[in-house]
Amino acid sequence: MGKILKMIAQRLGLGLITLLVVSLIIFLGVELLPGDLAEAILGQAATEETVAAFRRELKLDLPAHERYFDWLFGIMQGDMGKSLANQRQISELIGTRLGNTLFLAMVAAIISVPLAVTLGVLAALYRNSFYDKCVNVVTLTSISFPEFFVAYILILFLAVKAGIFPSISNVSPDTDLWDRVYRVALPALTLTLVVIAHMMRMTRAAIINLLASPYIEMANLKGMPRSRIIVKHALPNAWAPIINVIVINLAYLVVGVVVVEVVFVYPGLGQLLVDSVSKRDIPVVQAASMIFAATYILLNLTADILSILTNPRLLHPK
Amino acid sequence: MELSMVLKEFWKELKKAPGTAWVGLAIIVFYVFLAVFAPFLTPYGESEVVGYEFEPWGENFALGTDNLGRDMATRLIYGARNTIGIAFITTALTFMMGSITGFMAATLGGWFDQALSRVVDILMAIPSLIFALLILTITGTSIPALIIVIAVLDSTRVFRLARAVSMNVVVMDYVEVAKLRGEGLWWIMNREVLPNATAPLVAEFGLRFCFVFLFISALSFLGLGIQPPTADWGSMVRDNATLITFGDITPLLPAGAIAMLTVGVNFVVDWFLQLTSGLRDEH
Repeated sequence: MGKILKMIAQRLGLGLITLLVVSLIIFLGVELLPGDLAEAILGQAATEETVAAFRRELKLDLPAHERYFDWLFGIMQGDMGKSLANQRQISELIGTRLGNTLFLAMVAAIISVPLAVTLGVLAALYRNSFYDKCVNVVTLTSISFPEFFVAYILILFLAVKAGIFPSISNVSPDTDLWDRVYRVALPALTLTLVVIAHMMRMTRAAIINLLASPYIEMANLKGMPRSRIIVKHALPNAWAPIINVIVINLAYLVVGVVVVEVVFVYPGLGQLLVDSVSKRDIPVVQAASMIFAATYILLNLTADILSILTNPRLLHPK
Repeated sequence: MELSMVLKEFWKELKKAPGTAWVGLAIIVFYVFLAVFAPFLTPYGESEVVGYEFEPWGENFALGTDNLGRDMATRLIYGARNTIGIAFITTALTFMMGSITGFMAATLGGWFDQALSRVVDILMAIPSLIFALLILTITGTSIPALIIVIAVLDSTRVFRLARAVSMNVVVMDYVEVAKLRGEGLWWIMNREVLPNATAPLVAEFGLRFCFVFLFISALSFLGLGIQPPTADWGSMVRDNATLITFGDITPLLPAGAIAMLTVGVNFVVDWFLQLTSGLRDEH
């Protein structure tokens, strides 16, 4: 048991260091890149006084390390500073939007994960059959589709032609749960289609890899029934790769929402990020990037830890 | 002499190739043809306003006009040139940076390898779309900035592959011999490592191209990639998206053009991978 705890502690430490370095990059990237931020935002016509005033307001006149620690401690306490574009508190802007984004990603995950894992396992069990070959071509095709292509096809058929779902997913904080699910149906479906192919291929590869191992062949030669081989020998070792596949795709979902949110005008964090990038509203971009990056890193960390916890070799040491 | 041998070998393999590979090759050849001969195939100029906004499909404008009254078919064909051209340059740059640093890390080893590998670990911990958006906020969206940002971010993946592949090569005796003979780093990388690492890198080139191509299209679609008036598929979808709500499929054409090319490239890569490795997951 001690070995497992040590490995987990190691991963946690590594994750924490990564988070710190990433926050450093997100914050200091602005400093290191060429061009003066104040002049870039205010434009060529700005007088020296306005530039100086702007620098003071952003605290750009303080040394970089001081601002970095201010910013980092601020974020940890939920205070992310003010938006340049409309002077509102960033935490206020982000709060409900982050909830909306996570809700969308969650709905997509609830649909896609069980479906992808089942289909992937089936493709692995019936390898090289007609079904498997179809799956290969279909998934390869859908991996190649840009997200907005899938989104607009769904809008065309399900919203415009059939009129089943709304083409714009406008939700407000007081929309009730079922109405919310109805409104995010199309974006969630788009995300599902985007992520499912990838998840299936990875599940299939993981299972095939496993079924080729010597102990499965041994069990087979012993005359053990196939269902028992799967449950007793294959599944315990398959959890780690499958969980890995799922969590990596969840991480992908959280980032993949950016484009989908823009298509469906869904009030999420991704849309805020894109808007802020075109307005060059740096504090908001930094805060939103930090949240996305942290979610991504934490999910990958979870995958690591779960695969340690489900690894039979570590759970039953000799 | 050698070239004709290679072509003959290629043709022999091609005859055995599955249908999907043929479809993929046909698509790629078609797109390259469009991109190269764009000015001769189009009735109007790339950003010439020739009619009213959103004119329907008809005699003058085969696929109608866009949101500013430019000919849709013309811009679609020019889009092949711009979008594919930029994606190709970016991928080429990605590969140059990724494979040179990867080979160097494997050949030199030691602290050089350690330092580069840790930097790559960190860069890969941040989702690339988010990272790209962050950097483009500061540098502004210009085509050179776009190419460099994406190339640097994506070269991390090429670095990992190039390093992993060449790790197996640099332990070989002939590399040792070359080192003892006093050959320089560049010579070893170019003459000993590269020829033995070509097959996986070629397949990876196809995959990276698809990724970069989709990535640039997504950025353009968000209005943060290739800027107007350059004809580009991602921004064409964005500009004409309102037509969808009237049941008009015109905005799906540039999106479909993107999808078709990536499907084609993926089919060819899939075939190539089966050819070189006897399929990844077939044990």
